Amino acid sequence: MREVAIVGVSMVKFGRYADRDFSQLAAQSGLEALKDAGMTMKNIEALYSGNLYQTSGSGQRILQQMGQTGIPVVNVANACATGSTAFREAYFAIASGAYDVVMAVGSEQMGKQGLLGSRGDPATSLEGRVGSYMMPAVFGMAGMEHARAYGTQQEHFAMASVKNHWHSTGNPLAQYQKESPLDEVMNARVIAYPNTLLMCCPTGDGAAAAILCSMDKARQFTTQPIKVAASVLTSDPYTDRDQTLPDINTLTRNAAKIAYETAGIGPEDLDQVELHDCFATAELLHYENLGLCEDGMAGKHIASGAPWLGNKIPTKYEEDIAPFVDKTYKPKTKAVVNASGGLLSKGHPLGATGVANIAEIVFHLRGQAGQRQVEGSKIGMAHVIGLCSACTLNVLQK
Amino acid sequence: MRPARGAAHLKGGFRLAEATAAAPEVRPLVPHLTLGETRDQDYLNGSICKNCNTKYVGPRLFCGKCSSAGPFETVRLASTGEVHVFTIIHQATPYVQAPYIAAIIDLDGGGSVNTNIVGIEPKPENVKFGMKVKMFTEKVSEDKEGNSYVAYRFTPA
Repeated sequence: MREVAIVGVSMVKFGRYADRDFSQLAAQSGLEALKDAGMTMKNIEALYSGNLYQTSGSGQRILQQMGQTGIPVVNVANACATGSTAFREAYFAIASGAYDVVMAVGSEQMGKQGLLGSRGDPATSLEGRVGSYMMPAVFGMAGMEHARAYGTQQEHFAMASVKNHWHSTGNPLAQYQKESPLDEVMNARVIAYPNTLLMCCPTGDGAAAAILCSMDKARQFTTQPIKVAASVLTSDPYTDRDQTLPDINTLTRNAAKIAYETAGIGPEDLDQVELHDCFATAELLHYENLGLCEDGMAGKHIASGAPWLGNKIPTKYEEDIAPFVDKTYKPKTKAVVNASGGLLSKGHPLGATGVANIAEIVFHLRGQAGQRQVEGSKIGMAHVIGLCSACTLNVLQK
Repeated sequence: MRPARGAAHLKGGFRLAEATAAAPEVRPLVPHLTLGETRDQDYLNGSICKNCNTKYVGPRLFCGKCSSAGPFETVRLASTGEVHVFTIIHQATPYVQAPYIAAIIDLDGGGSVNTNIVGIEPKPENVKFGMKVKMFTEKVSEDKEGNSYVAYRFTPA
């Protein structure tokens, strides 16, 4: 297997584009990524397109906007991990030696209907009659498992929203760039306990693209190639309740083990992580799943300031968070989590998310992240989980 | 076991006149609910993989744990259990009244089910992890043909 580098990235600001088509959003990100890499479509040997709602022919429709060069197109759908799975396919296409330069693009146009839009025939739908199967319920209950095991409080989860919304104010590409203090998060209307409205990611439209190249050819295009040190995909192994309440933890833990082994690093080596905070509860679970803190310590970890930009709680939030700080807790990792604002602020157009996370890490490793820059970032990891169930981890290195 | 939904009345060939004239049925909303003659005879069904002893909720042909074709033994699951976790849903799909309690129940003797807990006010402080609960069934909906659908719920035991 050959070493693989990222030589171009782009992300279209997530938001609502009622007057645009998904393929136009995707083509915009693709053309920007080409420009970033100093390339044209003539350099691209294959396209890997992630889109969840347009499972048939999304990539071909993007090429109709971006350049119909006749290259092979692979269309990928893998729940929320759709974009990152397309990226991984692109990675293997280079690593295997099949191609030298390929593009991965993730796109989605969700509109405003969100996840409540279509639940089938009202007469025979299970939703709300035999429990709830929607994402807010799944991630509400996943948080409650943590509360049951470790006594985690709603405020601990809410801190993830305070942090990520604060981070978002430095990210012009985020769908929302609005701070929310702890009491505002706690007092927002409940969606599915313990997650309030401000603890749920928004739906929206968006696209992101990455251009991958063999490391030996990368310097022809850029002075700052970013190495893909690991690209991992797992599915959910059998666990006792998985078919009733999707287990979002075990497959992430399995992926982390493989990613750290492959990249030859440990969690303490990470400068930053973009992880799948589709709901605030999820962020805390993944601190533990990714080994950023010990099991049961996620609440203390976020209150310690470690995953915040600058590795400390901003002065204006110190008083709110003080009651949850354990002064004896020593964080074992310094990785800043979701410097972009996370899905909670940046938005989560399903197929675009996985590639956008990778673009975000690349911006930081190149020192191009502006106000939200993680200072001196050398190693970052992008994590996505999609139900039912796919987990991707991509470790990127300067 | 009756099919969860679909066209049981079409068995043996499709004849439009017969099908449209079929008397409305009472059907379980999910395949893991077996209906008796009266609602107090309804029960949850499951299956046990004879190869690895894993207990599943509902019917199975293949085992995702041991990767075999069983064989499977159909069993009756308990109507009692305890709350593993829960959430209070405030933003519900349009035809469902919110807020309500959605929960995962670990059944006595094995198997976990997704359900609603009713009979208590839907507030987090009213539900306890490990709380004992029991099942009952009731009609929850009707389709355009007049067929009615029965679901199971849990209440504090």
